Amino acid sequence: MDSERVDQIIEEYQCEASALIQILLRIQEEAHWLSSNALHRVSERLGVSMTRIMHIATFYKAFSLVPKGRHEVHICVGTACHVRGAERVLDSVEDATGLKPGETDLDLKFSLETVNCVGCCALGPVMQVDKKTYGKLSAADTVNLLQSYE
Amino acid sequence: MSEVLLQIDGKEVRATEGASILEAACAADVFIPTLCHHEKLEPHGGCRLCMVEVEEHGRSKLVVSCIYPAANDQVVTTRSEQVDRIRKMILELLLAHAPDSETLLELGREYGADRNRFDKEASFCINCGLCVRYCAEVKKADAVGFLDRGTRRDISFIPEIAARECWQCKECFPLCPTSALQAAYVLVSSLAFPGARHQAPSEC
Ligand code: SF4
Ligand code: FES
Repeated sequence: MDSERVDQIIEEYQCEASALIQILLRIQEEAHWLSSNALHRVSERLGVSMTRIMHIATFYKAFSLVPKGRHEVHICVGTACHVRGAERVLDSVEDATGLKPGETDLDLKFSLETVNCVGCCALGPVMQVDKKTYGKLSAADTVNLLQSYE
Repeated sequence: MSEVLLQIDGKEVRATEGASILEAACAADVFIPTLCHHEKLEPHGGCRLCMVEVEEHGRSKLVVSCIYPAANDQVVTTRSEQVDRIRKMILELLLAHAPDSETLLELGREYGADRNRFDKEASFCINCGLCVRYCAEVKKADAVGFLDRGTRRDISFIPEIAARECWQCKECFPLCPTSALQAAYVLVSSLAFPGARHQAPSEC
């Protein structure tokens, strides 16, 4: 993300230091990561030290200091999804994307993560792609679904 | 400012209102062991080693003396079987992280802590926060800070700031109870600004 866009986001929050987390969330959402340049810009504009920003950026799992894919695939491996076959779903996603949990592909298309319960156990096994939740998945459904993402 | 009157280890002690039990004890020459306390810094309450027993309103409880305010009629006991047991446990847990720290070993001898009780997990930093807080509060440089959280929490220098500030300062070095800080500094300086020694104003 270029620093002009970072500045625009910061200005939407009137350069308020108290909006730090909101600003970081917005950058993460648009750029899919928090680059060193972006963080330094935020630090400068808000007058918040880099040590503080780094503490926050590493504290919350929502932030990433390495580039993430355009689509974040979360496979639930919580207890209910596990007994309903999360393992099979995960295997098929790993096969289809060539990724292991925690990894991002070179084209920055997908990032794969496992999560523990997304709060809709009755729909298990569950996969979330970006903000959309898919339930009652079979291995074949999963692969088809992923193919529909650009 | 008004004063409060309390009892610490049988001594009548006066303290200014708002002072912590630890401050009151120090002023009365009663020793309470600490790891994360520093008189120039805001109380932190991170290490829990300064735990004492306080009897108040007819009830006795354990409190963290560096952040617990002294009040009228408290009866404070700085060492008891229970307090010693807790301190021993804290020291044993910390020794698993920094088994050769002289500060910890010395305290460990006092409380009979066994440095081999827990499996070693040498992270060296015990997260006392002295370096981070000193750099932020006293030096206002913010060159070193915490990263991550929980069991993975660790300190880290910000290379750009460290390159500018640290070589001439290093005031945090003697504060660290384990030398983890020096190690982190050497690491960051050799990785990120190996020329610091040459850029810094000459010392002689
Ligand atoms: S590096 Fe040393 S002073 Fe800093 S938090 Fe860790 S133990 Fe404390
Ligand atoms: S000195 Fe009180 S908690 Fe560390």
